[in-house]
Amino acid sequence: MPRVKVARKSTAIDMTAMCDVAFLLLTFFILSAKPKTQDPTKIGIPAATIIGPIPEVDFSTILIGQGKVFFNVEGDDVRKKTLEIMGDKYKITFTPDEKNTFSGVESFGLPIAQLKGFLDMDAKQRSTIAQPGVPVDTTNTNELYDWVHSARLADKYLHDKELKIGIKGDSEEEYPTVQKVISTLQKQKIDRFNLITALKSK
Amino acid sequence: MAELDTSGGGGKHKGGKVRTKKKATRVDLTAMVDLAFLLITFFILTTTLSKPKAMELIMPDKDDKQINQLPVPATRTMTLLLGDNNKLEWFVGEPGKTQPTVIGYGKEDLRKVLIDQDKAIKLSHGGQGMIVVVKPSAQSTYKNVVTVMDELNITGIDSRAIVDITPVELGLLKRDGLYK
Repeated sequence: MPRVKVARKSTAIDMTAMCDVAFLLLTFFILSAKPKTQDPTKIGIPAATIIGPIPEVDFSTILIGQGKVFFNVEGDDVRKKTLEIMGDKYKITFTPDEKNTFSGVESFGLPIAQLKGFLDMDAKQRSTIAQPGVPVDTTNTNELYDWVHSARLADKYLHDKELKIGIKGDSEEEYPTVQKVISTLQKQKIDRFNLITALKSK
Repeated sequence: MAELDTSGGGGKHKGGKVRTKKKATRVDLTAMVDLAFLLITFFILTTTLSKPKAMELIMPDKDDKQINQLPVPATRTMTLLLGDNNKLEWFVGEPGKTQPTVIGYGKEDLRKVLIDQDKAIKLSHGGQGMIVVVKPSAQSTYKNVVTVMDELNITGIDSRAIVDITPVELGLLKRDGLYK
């Protein structure tokens, strides 16, 4: 009997289609990528069941962790304008370089007097330095009040929208710190907040 | 894996004409695909696909000087005092007159109490719902406040407010060992 020979198939596969798909996905991920931002302090957010989406623009986040308060406003242009308004208010002039650096800084927690020095550092130093937090107390003229106020002005000026405020607090944070922030905001008639939370099931 | 397509190339050429070898049009894509998938993996891992979500909190306006405010019977209000160690106590009515009960934040504790009291108050007040006053003490955590607001959302109790705690209520918490 003649042996039936199995034809040896080539091991090379046509990869064109695979390559197409891979690059399509790659393009999608690159375009939709918003890099993870590093919070300046460790924050474990609490979980809630009934939650809604938060806006990505015209939004400001106040981080609360370890008794410190950090401030962030979305959008490079708004950030820059906020710094300009703050500079006018506190009689500090920032150089264009410093303004550009500030527009790239996500959240910060420094008294405004130390901000200039902070912006003059290089990126590596900035990420390692321990930030003391934006000063907040129960008076009418604390720095957080001015930051929020300036950011609202800046957003109104640039986008003609009301700035929305989100609070991102650490689960284990004791309530007085949160209360100080909330009362600071209520002093400028902000009564609606978004508490940033994770989702949990009922 | 690399392949060389030599078909059609002039192998034996006799005489004058020298044919140029036809080059293969197929390129080895293995390395390219490898790289593409590596980058995909990188971008998947570095992006935050889950967008942050938030719970809306509306605080009562502080400057409203008693405009449009109607007196409510104390029997319709339930007060939650948030103490330390993830414990809270609740009472209906005025502080000191009704004895508070200490409970936890779990499904079986807080939610059950809220639903039961809401039903009871609706029955005794002709369909009017319960008003919940949340009073976090200095030793309660942010998580506790969020949990309480979430439970109120789940149980559908819309009349609620976060209010500063009074010394009398702090005394109650201290007595029950929920505040040091």
